[in-house]
Amino acid sequence: MSKEKNTNTDIIEKEYTTLNLGPTHPATHGIFQNVLKMDGEIIVEGESTVGYIHRAFEKIAERRPYYQITVLTDRMNYCSSPINNMGWHMTVEKLLKIEIPKRVQYMRVIIMELSRISDHIICNTIIGQDAGGTTGFLYLFQWRERIYEVFEEICGARLTTNIGRIGGLERDFSPKAWALIDKFLKDFPPKLQEFNNLLMRNRIFMDRTINCGPITGERALEYGFTGPNLRAAGVDYDVRVMNPYSSYEEFDFIVPVGTQGDTYDRFMVRDEEMKQSLSIIQQALDKIKKEPEGVFHADVPEFFLPPKEEVYNNMEALIYHFKIVMGETEIPVGEVYHAVEGGNGELGFYLISDGGRSPYRLHFRRPCFIYYQAYTEMIKGQLLSDAILTMSSMNVIAGELDA
Amino acid sequence: MDTTLLTTVGGKLKAKFGDAIISAEQHYDFPVFVIRKDAIFDVMKFLKEDEESAYTFLTTLCGLHYPDQKGHELGVMYQLHNLQKNNRIRLKTFFPVSDPQIPTVTTLFETANWMERQEFDFYGIIFKGHPNLKRILNMDEMTYHPMRKEYPLEDGTREDKDDKMFGR
Repeated sequence: MSKEKNTNTDIIEKEYTTLNLGPTHPATHGIFQNVLKMDGEIIVEGESTVGYIHRAFEKIAERRPYYQITVLTDRMNYCSSPINNMGWHMTVEKLLKIEIPKRVQYMRVIIMELSRISDHIICNTIIGQDAGGTTGFLYLFQWRERIYEVFEEICGARLTTNIGRIGGLERDFSPKAWALIDKFLKDFPPKLQEFNNLLMRNRIFMDRTINCGPITGERALEYGFTGPNLRAAGVDYDVRVMNPYSSYEEFDFIVPVGTQGDTYDRFMVRDEEMKQSLSIIQQALDKIKKEPEGVFHADVPEFFLPPKEEVYNNMEALIYHFKIVMGETEIPVGEVYHAVEGGNGELGFYLISDGGRSPYRLHFRRPCFIYYQAYTEMIKGQLLSDAILTMSSMNVIAGELDA
Repeated sequence: MDTTLLTTVGGKLKAKFGDAIISAEQHYDFPVFVIRKDAIFDVMKFLKEDEESAYTFLTTLCGLHYPDQKGHELGVMYQLHNLQKNNRIRLKTFFPVSDPQIPTVTTLFETANWMERQEFDFYGIIFKGHPNLKRILNMDEMTYHPMRKEYPLEDGTREDKDDKMFGR
């Protein structure tokens, strides 16, 4: 190599471009900002800014009675709000030491698994969409609609569900709800298969997603990953198996794991989880048949709101209604932590009660918030288009990120 | 209630750190240890590196504020998880609001980075040695730490709302 050439390259200074990805770039599916330092199309480094839709749920919760906090949890991971609702109910039930009847637990499992499917449908179809295939996105969204119809039949709401109550569910499933669940279980698997045929062994999709935004199992654990993203990196941690709640220990299901921790593995893990969820729902339906009919809440009148017609006609029900709404019930002093396997990982509720009407302190362990800090490391040295794909495959939900 | 963890981990910590372990109690399914502020980093390091304990996963951490505990108003709660043996413990440490400083655990657990930023943002707890301690969810111009108990949730000047009838 000649000497002149060397000095020549020394004179040319390398310049990086700063690129603001977000806050409202359509491809980021939410209000995220990443300030990226770019070398041409390669990301050199980045910094994430979060907090654009912060609503101070932890502060609000300190001034709300327990039953009103359910609606706050709805708005965290709004793609699977029933799981958040159930997690919150179970936390309070743990504090109050309420035993929930088996039938209600199975009904909750059905609701939670349906919402896990709807959450994973969003994530997986969005991966397809960001890799350039809109067809699958629109096609499978019809089936998410079917799940929302079930929720609508159970609780009246679709997205922010406020499903269930502390002590059980607000009402029994109607015959139509059972029929809708049965129909969904029958009709959905072939449609999911069709969607998979479109992407799973598709050469373009595979080239695009394999080795895109990878993370090793060790790094993922250091960053506090949980849920499908951790399992895609090869660690079989699932709260449903490790710390079973709502009778998950009675169900037979597989925890799928990946090897590379890249976008393709995350896609595959979520896909298999949807199939496992379908099998869990089927098992729950079979188990419910063996339980006494018509039970939809625990027998805890001091915490579970009585039906309206009884409030108007029955002295005792009126007293309980008044006590619950005015915050006159005896809440034990103590602190509990309860975690559920949310759509994105371990969703934890840390609750300190001082015996008052509302929590003294409520802390949400939000899986998105914790694993999103690894994002800038995962996209380092990748192309900009891969960064978009990595973000959608991590399923970062702005509501959960910012709480 | 299973309290074996409380006695095994508690015994270990007592033997190693002596009176830096202020209390050990069982709260529902969790053993909870209150640690003196100056020992918290060493305790966490020990629990992570000790082969038998191996609490290598930091599940979450959060700030606490008890204005009535004079001299120990602010606190931090850490929750550790041993994934192999599948058991969890909770550690707490308290310090005065006038000197809200505590060593960072980001050198042990990378995931603590944003968690500590969040608690700095909301409680004004200064994590010494943190690589990037700045506000995360609130705006940078904010001059107070909103999760502290002295900040009311609603505008204090409003007169149309009276919560006296509704407990706290």
